[in-house]
Amino acid sequence: MTSLTAAVEQGTELFRVARAVNRDRLVRYAGASGDFNPIHYNDRFATEVGLPGVIAHGMLTMGLACAALTDWLEDPADLLSYGVRFTRPVPVPDPGEVTLEIGAVIGAVDTAAGTARVDLLVSVGGTSVLGKSQAHVRLHPPSA
Amino acid sequence: MSAVNADFVGRVFTGTPPYVASRAKIAEFAAAVGAGSAVHTDPVAAQALGYGDVVAPGTFAVIVAQRAEAEYIEDPDAAIDFSRVVHANEGFTHRRPIVAGDLLHTAVHVDSITERAGIAMVTTRTAISDGAGEPVCEVTSTLAVRGEDS
Repeated sequence: MTSLTAAVEQGTELFRVARAVNRDRLVRYAGASGDFNPIHYNDRFATEVGLPGVIAHGMLTMGLACAALTDWLEDPADLLSYGVRFTRPVPVPDPGEVTLEIGAVIGAVDTAAGTARVDLLVSVGGTSVLGKSQAHVRLHPPSA
Repeated sequence: MSAVNADFVGRVFTGTPPYVASRAKIAEFAAAVGAGSAVHTDPVAAQALGYGDVVAPGTFAVIVAQRAEAEYIEDPDAAIDFSRVVHANEGFTHRRPIVAGDLLHTAVHVDSITERAGIAMVTTRTAISDGAGEPVCEVTSTLAVRGEDS
């Protein structure tokens, strides 16, 4: 676990991780979040409303990316904000799984405010699924 | 079904009862989003970082916000057909992390309703505060509501 210091530089990659999403995870997220929209578990319903099949909750994709960042940070309170646009649905096959690739890069550093913008890039098979996925994180004084 | 009712812009909904954040729900949510830090499940680890109890993941507030947004979205006069809704944007601004035991109050502000090419974009901002009235988190959410013809 890590803290970001004011010495961090724009463009630095903090980490890159992969997260597998299968139907089991969709059911778990539905229960944990209380979002029981059938497009996230019922293929027949999803197809009827024009989707390619069951898709992941946008908030699950966002939640996985956010958790990857806060797991990397030592103190979860260092996360000041996080916002996304849901630009592309993430179909989840059955049987099988889809792999989300999550990368975190320093997008900007504001030493006066003591914050950095972390761009959380989330893609499936090389195609981005979240737009403007930007977190702001508190910077700590550099250790001596 | 008529278009989304733009008269709701500026309204504030505060009728949802307070939400109590529990250790069990925080652990369940952390497992669902793959948040592996012990601060989400182990009170001792959370206390070592100065928190009174286990800490919720950064998107946990969506549970509190969506529960409160329902007071607006399910209002028949709002004219939001949920079967035509797609989640467009979401954002969290944290004043402090939510911890187990928090009693969380909500105020849902209908910030804007705009329509373009038959799609209504409905943006709400849910202010979450604690039992002492101190702000905890602000959650902004934009829903895209497709009209009958789009």
